Amino acid sequence: MTIYTMTIITKNEARHLLKQMMQIRQFEDAIMDLMARNIAEGGSHLYAGEEACAVGAMAAIRKDDYITSTHRGHGHAIAKGGSLPELMAEILGKETGVCKGKGGSLHLADVSKGNLGANGIVGGSIGIATGAGLSIQLRGADQIVLCFFGDGATNTGLFHESLNMAGKWKLPVVFICENNLYGMSVSVERACAVNDLTKKAAPYNMPAECCDGMDVLAVKDTVAKYAALARKGDGPAFIVCNTYRYYGHSRSDPRIYRTKEEEKSWRDRDCIMAFGRKMQEQTVLTEKEVADLEKEVTAELEAAVDFAIKSPDPKPEELYRDVYFEM
Amino acid sequence: MREITYRQALNEALSEEMERDQSVFLMGEDVAVYGGAYGVTLNLMQKFGEKRVRDTAISEAAIIGAGLGAAITGMRPVVEIMYIDFMGICLEQIGNQVAKIRYMFGGKTRVPLVIRTEGGAGRTLGAHHSQSLESWFIHVPGLKVIMPATPADAKGLLKSSIREDNPILFIEHKMLYNVKGPVPEGEYLLPIGKADVKRPGKDATVIAYSRMLYSTLEAAKRLAEDGIEVEVIDPRTLLPLDMETIAESVRKTHRAIIVEEDTKTGGTGAEIGMQIMENCFDELDAPVLRIAGADIPMPKSAVLEKLAIPDADRIYREIKSLVM
Ligand SMILES: Cc1ncc(C[n+]2csc(CCOP(=O)(O)OP(=O)(O)O)c2C)c(N)n1
Ligand SMILES: [Mg+2]
Repeated sequence: MTIYTMTIITKNEARHLLKQMMQIRQFEDAIMDLMARNIAEGGSHLYAGEEACAVGAMAAIRKDDYITSTHRGHGHAIAKGGSLPELMAEILGKETGVCKGKGGSLHLADVSKGNLGANGIVGGSIGIATGAGLSIQLRGADQIVLCFFGDGATNTGLFHESLNMAGKWKLPVVFICENNLYGMSVSVERACAVNDLTKKAAPYNMPAECCDGMDVLAVKDTVAKYAALARKGDGPAFIVCNTYRYYGHSRSDPRIYRTKEEEKSWRDRDCIMAFGRKMQEQTVLTEKEVADLEKEVTAELEAAVDFAIKSPDPKPEELYRDVYFEM
Repeated sequence: MREITYRQALNEALSEEMERDQSVFLMGEDVAVYGGAYGVTLNLMQKFGEKRVRDTAISEAAIIGAGLGAAITGMRPVVEIMYIDFMGICLEQIGNQVAKIRYMFGGKTRVPLVIRTEGGAGRTLGAHHSQSLESWFIHVPGLKVIMPATPADAKGLLKSSIREDNPILFIEHKMLYNVKGPVPEGEYLLPIGKADVKRPGKDATVIAYSRMLYSTLEAAKRLAEDGIEVEVIDPRTLLPLDMETIAESVRKTHRAIIVEEDTKTGGTGAEIGMQIMENCFDELDAPVLRIAGADIPMPKSAVLEKLAIPDADRIYREIKSLVM
């Protein structure tokens, strides 16, 4: 049973949060469909179910702040302001993609939006986030970095090395662990020596807090609190968002390591449904407004998919371009 | 002979060796409950229990380190690194510890450790999941590096690797798991460090391994239609290299071509080509030719990915222009 608290939220903000979550959900569903039709090749790790984490977190920071993302990075890229057609084209490996078709799903990046990239290596971006934080400190800027990663990544060496460095140097990085209970097929319980992941930040001299990753406002409030501290020069923090991925780890995953009941119990708490309902209960949005928003997003996604499919493949001369910067 | 897939052949080798020797155990990410990202260890946890088939956390350095520690104290671990692209994380453990420990300890220890991994392009997974990094490892004395192409070689070489008292890097190819071929049942051991002539010929020697063997055999068939008979040799083990078999062939054909999927500069072909020069310079009628991957990070785009690695068509054209 969820206890709803009254939250003061404007119609505009509610629309924005709901719309972004819908965009991510429909984006991922569109990719599912493209994979089934063999139009999208290769792997895609889908973010469906976890939308509240990216959307809530991004709502708590500024446009000029940085993020680093993961192999499950479509949601972060959209929430950080990425263009749906360009992101979709990238996933199809097209010339018009945000990385010119060279990165793909695993390497979605949008430097112009402060998104320093998804990563094919689990934990691979935690060092990059730490370095972006160091750069902010050295430049005397007042930006911050949100570093996203999964529960599985907390078992990598780079996680521990980076948190130690950020903790020691008081870098403006908020580390956000999206705990969806599994790293591929291995549960937190089977992989980690501790189940309470907030404990993993304990040796590194930073505050750690858990929040409901299915509640977009809870994520936003938690991230806002630690983002403000980081921006003030008080150093890093570690946030664990409890969440769940709806689909398998990747397309071929038969999901034998979890139960249908568990899946249902999380879907019953779906972040989009819950937030839409809450906004209606609090008379911030009407039922019609929610339905209209959904239609608006569907039209956007159709246009994005159409753009991506119709876009040309990269030209052969692109093969050797971009390996080095040339004057 | 019955035909099974490359994946099944590997699974059979693991299963037979685990039955035969209680000290053999498996460890890696998603190898137990899931059965391996590419299904190589399917059903082995059910067969041998969670103690001997162990899922680990995402901790490549610890997987290798713990494998080494167990290997020098009485066990025969077979550990899996899901993609060769993740090797950077455990390269220290492999390069400094696994490969050197016996020598540094004055020969007073043995390292019966098998590190299984897979590499290669073909699934448009981009720069972190498509690399061919074998040349990183042939630069490391103390390791043995094996890259089987056929299901039978996969079984015979994996079984021998598990019985070997030296550390083995066993590199599979993600595009070969579904390839079927005849594989002997039961005890089938192949010698490590021995090449195999996959197609006899007299006009040129083509050295090809892993997935490139198939593209090369296809090209060889087309060359034969043009009256050019190439001898195709699969070294199977890249370190130590069976130079004897290669040199014997070059002495007969007087031309050598190496086909490799890895990036060209500093690649496997550079080493094999140089050894051919050292061993049979006077026999060569033409410079050694390398047909290799482009010197770039692997792009996502399917069109660019295809251009980045050799295919049968390119192999055919390049060999033809060398021999004609
Ligand atoms: C260093 C490394 N090891 C293994 C993998 C293979 N892999 C990709 S995603 C994944 C699970 C990651 O789990 P988690 O960090 O919890 O993120 P989630 O997928 O749950 O979002 C694994 C094992 C990888 N990409 N990189
Ligand atoms: Mg996870």
